[in-house]
Amino acid sequence: MKRSLYRLLMEAAAVLAVLIIFGIPMLFVITNAGKTSTEAARSTIGLSETPQYWSNITEVLKAANYMLPRAFYNSTLITVLSILLLIGAASMAGFILARRSGRPISVINFFVMAGLMLPPSIVPTIWVLRLLGLYKTIHGIVFIEAALNFPFAALLYRGYMGAIPKELDEASFVDGCTGLQLFFKVIFPLLKPISVTVAILSSINIFNDFVNPLYFLPGAKNATVQLTLYNFISMYFSQWNLLFADILLISIPPLIFFILFNKKIVSGMVAGAVKG
Amino acid sequence: MTKSMTKMYSFWFFLPAGLLYIIFFLVPTFLSFFFSLTIWTLTDWHFTGLDNFRIFLTEPSLSIGFKNSLLYATGTSLLKIIVGFLLAAFLTMKLKTRGFLRSMIFFPNILSPIAVGYIFSSLMHPSKGVINTFLGFIGISGPDWLGDPGMALFSVILVDFWKGVGVAMVILIAGIQAIPAQYYEAVKIDGGNPLHRLRFITLPLSRSSINSVIMLAFIGGIRTFELIWVMTKGGPGFTTDLIASIIYKQFQGGFYGIATAGNVILLIVVSAIAMPMYKLLTRKEIDV
Amino acid sequence: MNKIIVMMSVLLLAAGMVFSAGSAESAASGAAAGKAEKVLWLHFAGDAQQKALDAVVAAFEAETGIDVEFEYRPGSAEGENLVKSRLAANDMPDILSYNSGSLFQVLDPDRNLVNLSEEPYADRLLDSFKSTVSDGNGFYGVPIQPIPAGGIIYNKKIYAGLGLEVPVTWDQFLDNCEVIKKAGTVPVIASYKDDWTAQLLLLADFYNVLADEPDFPEQYTANKAKFATSPSALRGFEKIQEVFVKGYINSEPMATTYDNAIEMLATAQGAHYPMATWILASIAANFPDKIDDIGFFALPGDSADSNGVTLWMPNNISIPKTAANPEGAKKFLEFFVSDAGMKAYMSVGAPDGAFAIKDVPVPAEVFPAVKDVLEYVDANKTAPALEFLSPIKGPNLPQISVQAGLALKTPLECAVEYDRDVEKQAKQLMLQGW
Repeated sequence: MKRSLYRLLMEAAAVLAVLIIFGIPMLFVITNAGKTSTEAARSTIGLSETPQYWSNITEVLKAANYMLPRAFYNSTLITVLSILLLIGAASMAGFILARRSGRPISVINFFVMAGLMLPPSIVPTIWVLRLLGLYKTIHGIVFIEAALNFPFAALLYRGYMGAIPKELDEASFVDGCTGLQLFFKVIFPLLKPISVTVAILSSINIFNDFVNPLYFLPGAKNATVQLTLYNFISMYFSQWNLLFADILLISIPPLIFFILFNKKIVSGMVAGAVKG
Repeated sequence: MTKSMTKMYSFWFFLPAGLLYIIFFLVPTFLSFFFSLTIWTLTDWHFTGLDNFRIFLTEPSLSIGFKNSLLYATGTSLLKIIVGFLLAAFLTMKLKTRGFLRSMIFFPNILSPIAVGYIFSSLMHPSKGVINTFLGFIGISGPDWLGDPGMALFSVILVDFWKGVGVAMVILIAGIQAIPAQYYEAVKIDGGNPLHRLRFITLPLSRSSINSVIMLAFIGGIRTFELIWVMTKGGPGFTTDLIASIIYKQFQGGFYGIATAGNVILLIVVSAIAMPMYKLLTRKEIDV
Repeated sequence: MNKIIVMMSVLLLAAGMVFSAGSAESAASGAAAGKAEKVLWLHFAGDAQQKALDAVVAAFEAETGIDVEFEYRPGSAEGENLVKSRLAANDMPDILSYNSGSLFQVLDPDRNLVNLSEEPYADRLLDSFKSTVSDGNGFYGVPIQPIPAGGIIYNKKIYAGLGLEVPVTWDQFLDNCEVIKKAGTVPVIASYKDDWTAQLLLLADFYNVLADEPDFPEQYTANKAKFATSPSALRGFEKIQEVFVKGYINSEPMATTYDNAIEMLATAQGAHYPMATWILASIAANFPDKIDDIGFFALPGDSADSNGVTLWMPNNISIPKTAANPEGAKKFLEFFVSDAGMKAYMSVGAPDGAFAIKDVPVPAEVFPAVKDVLEYVDANKTAPALEFLSPIKGPNLPQISVQAGLALKTPLECAVEYDRDVEKQAKQLMLQGW
């Protein structure tokens, strides 16, 4: 009895601590996004006396010639295209990495591991992009995002392939399937759960990416949502209410993902970490 | 496997990934070794030998990034592993609010780093910020989190920890849950208390997830600069500059050769520290 | 089968290219389909003079029927880098706003910008301005703001209340600070969260350097004079540190922004702010009833005999060689510096300084601080800032100034560090003698 009371108290303390440490920053964004700029300048946590969410949000959306709606379009496009490319490329690679062995495979494995750890070389990448006419273009950043997310995705696919019995391959072989038919008709459909995981994790990653668009996609025309946040500081430097309204808006897509796919996100991160 | 079966696993399957990876990752990486030896304007280059490396390693405003990046990576990974482990141990107990607590702690991880940076810049304002207002309320006069040169790096480390501890936690939870229950029962029979269980069962048997967390946090920490860039821009002065933020500054200034030299240095640091660390950690894992 | 995979991956990669080609095409056709002729102007975001520019644009559109469309980029190093990378990618607007002086050289004007030497208005511009936007082959930009002056922006009400006089030596300035401090007001505003503001004290001190060492700019460009070895140049770092060590700056300098500083100065919470006169438009916009309290004096030197003001050169607009509509852009530049353009510029309020254009008089009704500046100008006590006399300016001066301003390092250490920063820039520009 005494023990369970102690436990209950401990749990209550934990809930309180977590609410303060993790809840208050969120609450702060939510309340400040609805304030007037003078209220927000005081940076208190209380709710505004006259909440003006709608006018703040419309102002943020209209700012700089509707930069934010364009940025949402750009970010969504970049995210969707890179994930399609990534799933195509990584699933094929993961398939072979899991099914074959030998020296060439260990060399490839080494490069995949290296890609997981090594930082990309920024300016030479820009040089390559310029050479290909891809610098400052949406598809340039799509290739970059797909290439940089590839090692992680390939490892997830390789790991998941282990759960797909080889007997399936043999049966298809006996049926006279080619490798391509085997992969697309048999294997790829079975990889769907891990493909979903890759899609969810990478979409959060790519949508939230700040550094790569900063380097490879300069220009207001091509802004992504994270860059709008960055640009808001120089344009609306003292209007913290608008900054927080922007933060609120751009956090909604990942938030929806989190609510819908909480378990997938967690399990995918765990799988990726342990395999890596 | 028959020879003809091998044919089904053609190396051609690597082609799309290979093209992407070679063109957009490997080629730039190899090029960086060359361009780091030049004065470079993207259109012209001019060979200068090891000058860029000399500048990067001797100028106080650049070499400080070295020390800071190591501090940052070590600090964030230590905090994440220690607190993450305690949280994981706590949140694998039978609690009513377990799911809620896990979600709350994990949640910051899906926020973008720069959003988190701006939120905390505001919370950490020395006089108006919520944190110091709260501390003042309970009678503590809070520090100038981001303005005090001795404090600023540590403050950003704390924020990185706040954002990332959730990942460490879930990885460790998975590791702990994979430990078969009979081990715990054995300790119980031997009369061990909960601390014993933590010390002799949970800690050693979740070794592999602990290693993953250390690797992830360390490599992430040594490469990152988003939070620093948003919160301090490397200041006051250069006291919070990291290798990656210095690279970005050189890039901004148009010093493409020096920026690339910085990239090569970062690459060497990661290979020199992370790779052996990876080997060491995975070997220990087998010993257990 | 292998062929199929090859084809697939090529398709996958090609899909991206096709997609982009499509979007580029639609953008181009959209421009062609648009009814009116248009010029695109890439400008700094948050320019305090935006209203005046809008007025010029409106007048130009009314006269020529050519639409001028703004695109904004962040100020400071961030935006400079953006311009450089867009220049490298051949993605330029028709009109480009940029700083004059050493920063302008980084754009490689002869290679990237249209030479304006043959334009009809060439003789209208002051030579001192043209020299800051040229590279020997001609000049490439026209001024878009009055000439800014750097020094101490101060609150006249505080001075009147305490019976203080405008100081002409640094020691008198410190004495004034002491009186102000005792009265419970912040003597010097430090807004180091926006680190570029930290360097203004040093930059504005250049009149005094030049009075002491007239050949400093040439020697400095030739790798002979250094901040660390020139006593008068070193004074800049020393002064930044002195106001901190004596306790004259506000608390929380690292949490104070340029905007906060404007408020502190206008509302008399702070007495002095080392800054340039471009701040006046912002004060007038945010605190219209306080702008008459604001005055200006030159950054005092060590001797009362030499007391003058350091002048900046106005930002400029130029025409990139890759502009889509260079003719429209040329018409706009010509209009901007014409009497009609200047009239439109001043239609929204008095300018905050003199123009770098001949025969454009400053109106009688200007801010008191501008009058203060004009007294120095009329007495011919002016000198250009270093960045307009030498092509090299180290990129890390803001952070190094913060180091001096918080006494993280000694002034000499800061000077040595800045000299190395300058060396880096000179080598990048491949100047002789470095």
